[in-house]
Amino acid sequence: MTVPTASPSGGLLRLITCGSVDDGKSTLIGRLLLDADVVPEDRLAAAMRNGQRYGAQGGTPDLALLVDGLQAELEQGITIDVGYRFFSTAQRRFIIADTPGHEQYTRNMATGASTADLAVILVDAAKGLLRQTYRHSAIVALMGVRHVVLAVNKMDLVQYSQARFEAIVEAYRPMAEKLGLKEITAIPMSALLGDNVLQPSDVMPWYAGPTLLGHLETVSIEPLDSHPFRLSVQWVTRDGAGFRGYAGTVLGGTVRPGDDITVLPSGARAHVGRIVTYDGDLDIASAGEAVTLTFAEAIDVSRGDVISACDRQPHLSDQFAAHLIWTGEGPMLPGRPYLLRLGTATTTATVSELKHQIDIDTGLSKAAKQLATNEIGFANLSLDHVLPFDIYEDNRETGSFILIDRLTNATVGAGMIRFPLRRASNIRWHSFGIDKSARTAIKGHRPAVLWFTGLSGSGKSTIADGVERRLLAMGRHTYLLDGDNVRHGLNRDLGFTDADRVENIRRVIELAHLMADAGLIVLVSFISPFRAERQLARERLTDDAFLEIFVDAPLAECEQRDPKGLYRKAREGKIRNFTGIDSAYEPPETPDIHLRTAELSVDREVDIVIETLRQRGIFG
Amino acid sequence: MPPARSYLRELEAESIHVLREAAAMFRKPVILYSIGKDSSVLVHLAMKAFHPAKPPFSFLHVDTTWKFRDMIAFRDRRMAELGLPLIVHVNRDGVERGISPVLHGAAIHTDVMKTEALKQALDLHGFDAAIGGARRDEEPSRAKERVFSLRRAGHRWDPRAQRPEMWHLYNGRLNPGESVRVFPLSNWTELDVWTYIESENIPVVPLYFAARRPVVERDGMLIVVDDDRLPLKPSETPRLGLVRFRTLGCYPLTGAIESSADSIGAIIAELRQARTSERQGRAIDHGSGGSMERKKLEGYF
Repeated sequence: MTVPTASPSGGLLRLITCGSVDDGKSTLIGRLLLDADVVPEDRLAAAMRNGQRYGAQGGTPDLALLVDGLQAELEQGITIDVGYRFFSTAQRRFIIADTPGHEQYTRNMATGASTADLAVILVDAAKGLLRQTYRHSAIVALMGVRHVVLAVNKMDLVQYSQARFEAIVEAYRPMAEKLGLKEITAIPMSALLGDNVLQPSDVMPWYAGPTLLGHLETVSIEPLDSHPFRLSVQWVTRDGAGFRGYAGTVLGGTVRPGDDITVLPSGARAHVGRIVTYDGDLDIASAGEAVTLTFAEAIDVSRGDVISACDRQPHLSDQFAAHLIWTGEGPMLPGRPYLLRLGTATTTATVSELKHQIDIDTGLSKAAKQLATNEIGFANLSLDHVLPFDIYEDNRETGSFILIDRLTNATVGAGMIRFPLRRASNIRWHSFGIDKSARTAIKGHRPAVLWFTGLSGSGKSTIADGVERRLLAMGRHTYLLDGDNVRHGLNRDLGFTDADRVENIRRVIELAHLMADAGLIVLVSFISPFRAERQLARERLTDDAFLEIFVDAPLAECEQRDPKGLYRKAREGKIRNFTGIDSAYEPPETPDIHLRTAELSVDREVDIVIETLRQRGIFG
Repeated sequence: MPPARSYLRELEAESIHVLREAAAMFRKPVILYSIGKDSSVLVHLAMKAFHPAKPPFSFLHVDTTWKFRDMIAFRDRRMAELGLPLIVHVNRDGVERGISPVLHGAAIHTDVMKTEALKQALDLHGFDAAIGGARRDEEPSRAKERVFSLRRAGHRWDPRAQRPEMWHLYNGRLNPGESVRVFPLSNWTELDVWTYIESENIPVVPLYFAARRPVVERDGMLIVVDDDRLPLKPSETPRLGLVRFRTLGCYPLTGAIESSADSIGAIIAELRQARTSERQGRAIDHGSGGSMERKKLEGYF
């Protein structure tokens, strides 16, 4: 018999049972608990009483009644909410997540499956595979449960037919394969009578495989030790006497004193000093262990940070694609901000795009604008902050998240990250109450972008400077963006390759757009040699008054002026990709203002610009 | 520390994770210390979770004034050893009304001196999270309880509106007036608790160990006569019995069991034995594939 005479020698096995009352799910759990001898006599007596009261067969404990706890469940003979049951054998300690087959099945099954190592999917041998068999398998696959037991139950109703069992298993294999379920063990059983649950059945001699319990005791659960090291910082421990450590559970891999680690999202690097526990320092900590780390170097770490191995770091992004299970009472609406909890970090997030909804009964995708309760979708999410994360398949703890409604604080969604995203198209625009017109109204002029383009040394900056001085004297609000100055800060990471020049301009366009949106007259003094980018600027700034000002000086004259000595260096080959020398300048074809600097004084050029602004109605 | 890859080590790590989350998420979390074995494990885990610092929790004991004297002595000694400040709350209103388990019965006494008193204390100190040692294996409805269990304003539990708990991502967000009960020992069983107490050498109240104590039998329970507040009926004469307690509560309401288990090892052995004997007493034979049930079923068909 299985009554353990010693504590289990192995670890925990967490399993979920999938099925409905009709499949004998509660009966199976009741059988496991009853035969593993964890049902106390008083509770068994209660089940007998309830069995009579709620209409089960007299004299027999209704096994299902051993597991349904809420009064409403007993009265209705159904399981409403996910419950957890425990039993142990000499080999292992088991946690069974018992989830309802009908009510809120997606939400509850997903909850039970989220921590499960193994799923028992029940099939009624008389009925064969049903639509719900697919549904249960699909949720199990979605939630990343790696081991599946196909429990072909009620074999007593089909005269313990080997052919019947094999037909069901044959039908199931392609379904499981399609869902990506790999580790399938099929067992014929009768939960009601106990066949192949704990004891091998003497009425199915044709079956040579393990009993359910035998399989549960021996199935190999791969630890996450071979994965890259991860720890989500839960708490910064300070003892008031100079100790500073970072407390958390190892979520993958192992860690040893002296290891190189990276803290994300900051990217700070350090070496592990000690692995501190109440029972003394450890030489190594493995996945699943709750520890406190110290670092040899003083670095800034706080709750929500992920401590990672330096190689094989998690993804770092503010966008990702994920499967989303909606548990909220109201619908999920793309664009609405929710709180997102990922590891120990919390940030605001929106569903930027709902790609499609998944019909869990068929696996088919369909277009959808929103998700209702218990619906599943595939969506892009956009976060307020960059966070570290893994792909769910690689690590369930660092690849999962929940969404919380900001008004009700209810847990409204759960997600499994499938891949990171870095595309700008996934960010949605937020509308706010104060807009450009409101800002313009208090300025006394309209915003504008004056885009000065021309060769180096053509006099762009001199003219732009003169225009800004004049505008300031007139009480106008301005800002001058100078190519060289911007490259000292915002664009310091960019060089002079064509790709970098394009990015350089793109950023300046966006910056000018924001400033115009703030109500300013923005002067941009940039060589901006390519028509395509100036065209991009015109299109991007189409809602602002955009003036392209061509500061036209012949190359020879610019080279002769050479105020910064750059042409000489370029001619000597010390500077590469210099506009006009070894990189092209594409002159504007139809500029708003064409200033031929050889013919005009700077004051006159400034006059022309100011007069044009007046004509365009920027100010009166 | 339990050996690596053992189930106790896993349970311990999971509970420590929950305690750290509770510390980080709530403004003013409190551990409900009830002196019993589960509380002893809970406090031990809290010491571990924040080592070398002290747990960032308040500690609260709701004293019904009917606890065994040994419990109060143990409480004060243990808290002093650990250097933990303890808030003791008594429902003064209940004391003034003279509420007693002897006069008013278990239901009223428990309601006024425990449930009401707990709410008073939580409200008085503004605790937003109360961390307790309750376990899912205690009774069937507890199996449906969350690790972070939301209480609406007025401390109401709405089992129909529980938040789903996925992975180890707990939602600690509260609306005004709401609070949370946190149960780090949710996945432990009674046997786990004792096995852990043994392996970690955690001190427990001596009442758990068998000793000769004065007892009377009342309503099928063995009541230990702890002081002179228990009025004896004419038919009751205390006798010395070798008894111990499986759970500890208010003394006139908690029954002792006849036992000779005077060590933790003996208690564990007794728990295992108790299951076996319970099983032997059952009417249903389910030892093999051919069972009593099968016969019944065959008869039914």
